[in-house]
Amino acid sequence: MSEKKHRTGAISRRGFLKALGVGSAGALVPAAPALAAQERVPAPSDGELATLLDLSKCIGCGACVEACRESNAAKFPEPVKPFPAMLPSRRAKPEDWSDLRDVDDRLTPYNWLFLQNAEVEYRGESYDINIPRRCMHCQNPPCANMCPFGAANKQVNGLTRISPNLCFGGAKCRTVCPWHIPQRQSGVGPYRHVLPRLAGNGVMYKCDRCYQLLDKGELPACIAACPEDVQTIGPRHEIVARAQALAKEMDGFIYGLEENGGTNTLYVSPVPFELINQAIDKDSGPGANRRAGKKSGQGKRKRSPLGPGKPHMGPVKDVMADEANLATAAFIAPVAGIAAGVLGLGSKLLNKGEGDHED
Amino acid sequence: MKTRPYPAWISRLFILLVAALTCTGFMQMPLAKRYALTTLPGMAWTGDFFLVHRIHYVLGTVLLFLVALVAVNWLKSWRNWLALTGLGLARAVVVGGLVVSGLLRVYRNLPGVTLDPTWILTIEWTHLILVMVLGVLALVALARRASAYAVRK
Repeated sequence: MSEKKHRTGAISRRGFLKALGVGSAGALVPAAPALAAQERVPAPSDGELATLLDLSKCIGCGACVEACRESNAAKFPEPVKPFPAMLPSRRAKPEDWSDLRDVDDRLTPYNWLFLQNAEVEYRGESYDINIPRRCMHCQNPPCANMCPFGAANKQVNGLTRISPNLCFGGAKCRTVCPWHIPQRQSGVGPYRHVLPRLAGNGVMYKCDRCYQLLDKGELPACIAACPEDVQTIGPRHEIVARAQALAKEMDGFIYGLEENGGTNTLYVSPVPFELINQAIDKDSGPGANRRAGKKSGQGKRKRSPLGPGKPHMGPVKDVMADEANLATAAFIAPVAGIAAGVLGLGSKLLNKGEGDHED
Repeated sequence: MKTRPYPAWISRLFILLVAALTCTGFMQMPLAKRYALTTLPGMAWTGDFFLVHRIHYVLGTVLLFLVALVAVNWLKSWRNWLALTGLGLARAVVVGGLVVSGLLRVYRNLPGVTLDPTWILTIEWTHLILVMVLGVLALVALARRASAYAVRK
């Protein structure tokens, strides 16, 4: 199938467009504030905001990647070296991206958005799909729900943020994220001052949907900079309706509506995401083991020593669904306990053998 | 050991639940893999964050039932012939705080619930600090050989 692929532009479309100056649209984005002023984002009181990415429009120019870096540069880590010697050193290894700040073909603490490419054949036609990848901003995010320190949180406007002042960099958020999105930088954050050898390993970083711009009602940088209007942002119910209409119009497919119980990032594509997932360069999620195993000719998964940074696009069940079901039991339990006590069951149980009991 | 005027199974179940909850609670932190707990025979499950989280919920549910049952019986009759010890009262207050902050934690995790990050931080750290306080109080009670929560009036 790969031989039949339509290859024009696949190799250097990004470079070609950059050479033409289209790719540097991000640099021209002194126009962006003006655009943002015209097209303001609804206030958080309108509910959760979601983004829609029309993959049929993305030309892979990289303007969003550049704009993301510029907009968030002040948030990037400046680690103190040498890193604290951690215990046990064999298991707690530092992750250092500070000398690899230019890497833009995966997610890193210095690159919160990157482009994936999928060349797929569908219904006899070849498609060259470019996919801007960043945090999915789940509706019920496991990274936030399961962070033991409250460092990761979902905001009422639907975005998930990690506070660098609270994060110890244990990377649990990356483990429980179905796409393993957050990335770690060692040598920065509160662990250096609390228990540098024994607890923590840095701070986790990921897309925060340019909250500093959203708070002012402005568009996130990646949306404002896009020369092709790939992305749209708005109240989730409107974005969902728009995504469904767009999918119907192009006879296409939606990713993010059901995945992990629903996300605030919706992708619409003219080709099935199953095919995209098979074609993209990924190192996490369903099929990653099998794929890496086949490729390397080994049974063992081949992983980057700096953690996964290329998310998959496979199906994702709602990873917090069981917890939600158990929550019902937790809320019923005290009521049941009270009822049992009032009805006398408690008396029978608790007063049985009443008297002095050995500890 | 000092005798206590309420059934031993309550003490045993309570101690078992609190110990297991403390263990699964601390395993919410990414410690199991780093400190090789997962390599011990039969302990691999401690590295599965979702499994540990679910076990914590189940244990919490049983504790909530037990605490509610005991509280109702206390109000109905036990308070007439039992008196909380000083350490018993302190630990009861702490357990109450753990129950409330734990329930708020569960509420926070429900789909569709989004609390203010400051509230989340308060709930999170209250829960974490209270369990440490409970541990200290339990040690003091053990050292003083006065681990009973209540004694006969």
